[in-house]
Amino acid sequence: MKGDRIFLQILRGAALVSLLILAGFFLQLFSSAWPALKASGISFFTSTNWDPNQQAFGAGAFIYGTVVSSLLALVIAVPISVATALCLTDLFASRVAAMISFLVEMLAAIPSVVFGLWGVFVLSPLLRSTIQPFLAERFSWIPLFSGPPLGIGMMSAGIILAIMITPTLTALSRELFLAIPTLQREAALALGATRWEAIRVAVLKSATSGLWGAVVLAWGRALGETMAVTMVIGNRAQVSPSLFAPAQTLAAVLANEYAEATDDLHLSALAAVGFTLLLVSTLIHWGAKTWIKRRAQT
Amino acid sequence: MKVSPWFDRWRKWKSRAALLLLVGGCGLAVLPLFAILLHLIRQGASALDWAFFTQAQKPVGELGGGMGHAILGTLAQVGLASLLGIPLGLACGIYLSEFGARERQGAPGTRERFASPVRFALELLASTPSILVGVFVYGVIVVPMKKFSLMSGALALMLILLPLVARTSEELLRLIPQHLREAGLALGLPRWKVILSVVLRSAWPGVWAAILLAMARIAGETAPLVLTSFGNPSFSHAWDQPSASLPLQIYTYAISPFEEWHRMAWAGALTLVLTVLVLNAITRISGGSHERRRHD
Repeated sequence: MKGDRIFLQILRGAALVSLLILAGFFLQLFSSAWPALKASGISFFTSTNWDPNQQAFGAGAFIYGTVVSSLLALVIAVPISVATALCLTDLFASRVAAMISFLVEMLAAIPSVVFGLWGVFVLSPLLRSTIQPFLAERFSWIPLFSGPPLGIGMMSAGIILAIMITPTLTALSRELFLAIPTLQREAALALGATRWEAIRVAVLKSATSGLWGAVVLAWGRALGETMAVTMVIGNRAQVSPSLFAPAQTLAAVLANEYAEATDDLHLSALAAVGFTLLLVSTLIHWGAKTWIKRRAQT
Repeated sequence: MKVSPWFDRWRKWKSRAALLLLVGGCGLAVLPLFAILLHLIRQGASALDWAFFTQAQKPVGELGGGMGHAILGTLAQVGLASLLGIPLGLACGIYLSEFGARERQGAPGTRERFASPVRFALELLASTPSILVGVFVYGVIVVPMKKFSLMSGALALMLILLPLVARTSEELLRLIPQHLREAGLALGLPRWKVILSVVLRSAWPGVWAAILLAMARIAGETAPLVLTSFGNPSFSHAWDQPSASLPLQIYTYAISPFEEWHRMAWAGALTLVLTVLVLNAITRISGGSHERRRHD
């Protein structure tokens, strides 16, 4: 029928547009990044010297900052999210669980810039005045807790990121736990396991490989988070072992410098930073998805 | 064989301690929500007055001023993005659910060759960090036009909206039972009519909720706007001029060194969060309560 054919053509057009957008995305980023990548070669990724005034463009410090801040976020968020998900599926009455999961979803709806605002005016001062001095006093022999307590820096970025990925991680792990048959839990209890032992043996153990997928997916999320991190990480391109020190991430440097850059090579170097971020987040997302899918088939 | 009673007691205590830790973790997960809301209300409520909603940014040092221009800018950009993104996203969603059967079992004429690549593209688009959308639009629109503009901001937001709408509407349309489609076709209706007035119509409450959630999401986006609509201290809604927006203005106020502007930032954040949370709560409680939300 004629109407059907026209309708399908319209839909095909829309679908084609979305394909073109993705292709354009990669092409545009790569072509703007190319001059800088050609100029600096491999040292673009290994050098930590980023100084636009000296035409020195090494993204090493940003890569370091991105990896460390997101890993710190995972270290904090994974136990909390898994605990929350277990509470929702195995501990709380369904009405309480529904309320808690509603609250967690509300947390997910808060815009990034608001987390940043809260981080700058509430979390960082708290870290500077109370938590970091305490850590510095007790654990200053660990390089992670050395240096002056500044508040703004890697630690506040990690904590803010942890808060931001907790809803995603909780929802993902909750679905994994829900998929485990109740019979399995009952079997463990019937064998004389305590409640915790039943959770550990019947729930956590069977969900472990799925949890890895969820963690990697959340990691991909944390890598690309921009606004909140920009506001609390201190924006300094340096590699320091201390969590108190300011740092910089790939996404944050884009938000900070792109709109103000005028020099061609500087712009291209920033595009190269963006292209790196695109590749990394795409690979991580795709890898985690394949992992989860393969697990679901077996 | 007898197990020592001490061992049993130890296991019981361990279990109790572990469960307590789990509940503690759950408390830690929801604590930030309350902390953030508390600070927003304490710091922001005092700056919310009539002028806040009607005036633009005042020069440094002058008291007063507001975020009226930013609220207007956000409305304009989100509106424009929705106008383009919702039809496009719905079309992609319908294409994938009605003509892009996932497995081989789809009815004849429901397996389009492009379906899998399109699904893949939309998933990748949804997973890219939003700042990169800004970088893309900067290269494609801002550089050729040689200036930041409201339109480029709206386009960036549209690119974030598109995969959200497309993917959720595909999922929701897929949930409509096959026999509804067959009944429509058996009555002699053309396919497009069946899809629009039977399938889409039955899924509409959920689709509408998903659209609202997606709009709430882009209303809070900041990162791509830094590179596209850039921000503007005064009222302006020309499509080819830099434009303010609420999240961007919060950012500008927050990183400034001025006390008065910090107050404005808190008030702006309170406005934004209230809007977004109310939208979310309404859609969750009314329409979206029984459908699963996707988190990837």
